[in-house]
Amino acid sequence: MSTVRMPPILRQAVGGAREVDASGGTVREILDDLTGRFPAIRSHLLDDGGDLNRFVNVYVNNEDVRLGRGLDTTVGPDSTIIVLPAMAGGGSPA
Amino acid sequence: MKPVVSARDHLAAVKQQIREETAHDAAQRLAAKPGPALIDVRERDEFEQGFIPGAIHIPRGNLETRIERNVLDHDAPVIIYCATGTRSAYAAKTLAELGYTDVVSLAGGFSGWKENGYEWKVPRTLDAQQFERYSRHVLIPEVGEEGQLRLLDSRVLLIGAGGLGSPAALYLAAAGVGTIGIIDADVVDVSNLQRQIVHTVDRVGMPKVDSAEIAIHGINPDVTVVKHDVRLTSENVLDVITGYDVIVDGTDNFPTRYLLNDASLVAGIPVVHGSIYQFEGSVTVYKPYEGPCYRCQYPEPPPPELAPSCAEGGVLGVLPGVVGTLQTTEAVKLLLGIGEPLVGRQLRYDALSMEFVELKMHRAADCPVCSKDPDEIEFIDYEQFCALPGRAVARTPQEAIAS
Repeated sequence: MSTVRMPPILRQAVGGAREVDASGGTVREILDDLTGRFPAIRSHLLDDGGDLNRFVNVYVNNEDVRLGRGLDTTVGPDSTIIVLPAMAGGGSPA
Repeated sequence: MKPVVSARDHLAAVKQQIREETAHDAAQRLAAKPGPALIDVRERDEFEQGFIPGAIHIPRGNLETRIERNVLDHDAPVIIYCATGTRSAYAAKTLAELGYTDVVSLAGGFSGWKENGYEWKVPRTLDAQQFERYSRHVLIPEVGEEGQLRLLDSRVLLIGAGGLGSPAALYLAAAGVGTIGIIDADVVDVSNLQRQIVHTVDRVGMPKVDSAEIAIHGINPDVTVVKHDVRLTSENVLDVITGYDVIVDGTDNFPTRYLLNDASLVAGIPVVHGSIYQFEGSVTVYKPYEGPCYRCQYPEPPPPELAPSCAEGGVLGVLPGVVGTLQTTEAVKLLLGIGEPLVGRQLRYDALSMEFVELKMHRAADCPVCSKDPDEIEFIDYEQFCALPGRAVARTPQEAIAS
């Protein structure tokens, strides 16, 4: 089992948890496991073709998977996966 | 009883124990690069009247405690001077006692140097009031008087005088950043006061740029505030940002973030980015062409329904205080040219778990913007780009390579 750290905006869809356990040997398998259990987060993470949305970054052990093997990046049992969609907030509409 | 030694005899004895050098010989050695370290041990008021270019000013009384900050290598060649060569003789003896092996005292001192026609100049220094105000900066070797003068000459632009812009405005003003530009077209609302600490109850309804100016001048009346009471657009962005040294980005919307990113690459200005939502925040530095840009990180914005703003999702009031202060720290470091700014690194802060995580970022070879030269970058319709992801820049990595 790997630990996936959920961004605030997706927490409601996974029952309010900050971290969710998921199983799989690659990022794709992990996300398949998650979106299978929590279908509401699918459109946030993946596009229609099943690729990672371009406004979402996924980090395995603090490295951006896009710079490695993308969704095929291998995930170890102790890996921490961080899902980060772009965040606009700053507090002032300049 | 110990025998009494006259000052004159004592000096003569000290001079027996040190080496002296004429202005001619010193000038020749100083002309070489790298030359000897040159230490001016006179008092501040003397130094202010003129000094030898390249000299480090360490008053005689501080020599023992400060020399190692400036001359680490005890075998490095050192030339010391004072006004006439007396205090520098004592100083040379002191340095020898501290283990410095190659120290000479300038015979005739600064007076002799000037009389022989060698170059000297009047230093630019903080005035007495500034010296007192910024004394805690001056004491830090990495800042010092020179760094403080650099801050006084610096120009920082705040994009937004809101949650993130508030601590930035206050700390930059306190730090003595000479010019603070603020772009914000909003007015102060009572709901801002939960986190936007630059504003106050009696300024509700006032344009935020005016309210921030009052706060900045309340801390430091010497700061020049440039107010840009407009929304940032593709048409005005270069006029607004050109001339600033650093931009602190504290906007709350994606069109401005992307516009600012593209424009900062054109203008070559580093952007200290901060973003916040509920209990979490993020800080990074986008330094044009040296690290990734915002578009390397997020090639496209999320559709609006997937990216609620703080107005919709809320934010812990103190969160922008932490994130905006981290941004300001990065801005000051960039201005001073010290430390390791968050270029290619994203610092994430989670207030609930009180955890910081650092994520690595890299430039994307297929970045639609920073893979181009500055003069090839064109501004797009950012409102449309953010409303309809992928439409305004219909270039997949494959298309970009193909073209």
